[in-house]
Amino acid sequence: MKNIKFLLVGILFGTVLTKTEAVSWFRIQEMFRFQSFHMYGIIGSAVVVGAISVWLIKRFNIKTIDKQEIIIPNKQFSKGQIIGGTIFGMGWALAGACPGPLYALLGAGYPVILVVILSALLGTWTYAWLNPKLPH
Amino acid sequence: MIVDLLKEPWPWYVSGPLIGISVPLLLIFGNKMLGISSSLRHACAAIAPFNIQFLKYNWKSEMWNLFFVLGVFIGGFVGGVLLNNHEPVQISQETISDIKSLGINSFDGLVPSDLFNWETVFSLKGFVILVIGGFMIGFGTRYAGGCTSGHAIMGLSSLQWPSLVAVIFFFIGGLLMTHIFTPVIYSWFN
Repeated sequence: MKNIKFLLVGILFGTVLTKTEAVSWFRIQEMFRFQSFHMYGIIGSAVVVGAISVWLIKRFNIKTIDKQEIIIPNKQFSKGQIIGGTIFGMGWALAGACPGPLYALLGAGYPVILVVILSALLGTWTYAWLNPKLPH
Repeated sequence: MIVDLLKEPWPWYVSGPLIGISVPLLLIFGNKMLGISSSLRHACAAIAPFNIQFLKYNWKSEMWNLFFVLGVFIGGFVGGVLLNNHEPVQISQETISDIKSLGINSFDGLVPSDLFNWETVFSLKGFVILVIGGFMIGFGTRYAGGCTSGHAIMGLSSLQWPSLVAVIFFFIGGLLMTHIFTPVIYSWFN
């Protein structure tokens, strides 16, 4: 039951992504062609609000609802952010969606997206399998 | 009516801040980092771990993330079905003509139905665009350690420079695909 709150945040996240058309293949085309501010406005204002929130949490030492210290682990740099980042970017522009929108589009009534999700699972599994051999 | 207003496409200055708010909500609800692509790893660990080191961990302790993406799926239903305004996505005229030049002429839904249909999925065109595209999304996000949510929103919000590197390369990849490879790929099928 403790997971219900995460389900609710997910519902908010998915509803917003869908209603603002960030899940749309068309919007991704438009973004990578620099033909509208829309997607940049979404990502930019999300980061601003996220950054102010993180700053407030640290500044006022805000705890979780279970009175735990909030800890944000540092992300480690690896060559994966360069190589994997480029591969993901290409897939994002090719299929016209990143992982969040894939789940949202399935819910929005586009069952064909299941093929993209299963392909993404296969891609993740293949990365896991090759992980020891890839440069990091 | 409020429902009619909600059915209109939400402008970026409404949706962006609401997406940003999910960062502190997840932190305050239990020290969770916003991230979607990890769910693909947890699913692999749950379904087909075999003897792969990268998939040998207690995925059940990450159950919150699977509940979160289940919520995203339900949110897609709320936004895409319950609040559907049945209008085409209002993209710019230049984008419409660029997309038409790729041979795509259906502008009704959130995705073009002349690409996202079962017949196309099982053709070579669908394989190249949707299956290889999906594979690159799954492979690339895990290799990069995150996607648009984990790196662009969560990572940049917490001022992590490796996330900035990742986001820059997401865009380099996206621009290469859109401007160099996409015209070539679509020309094979027109």
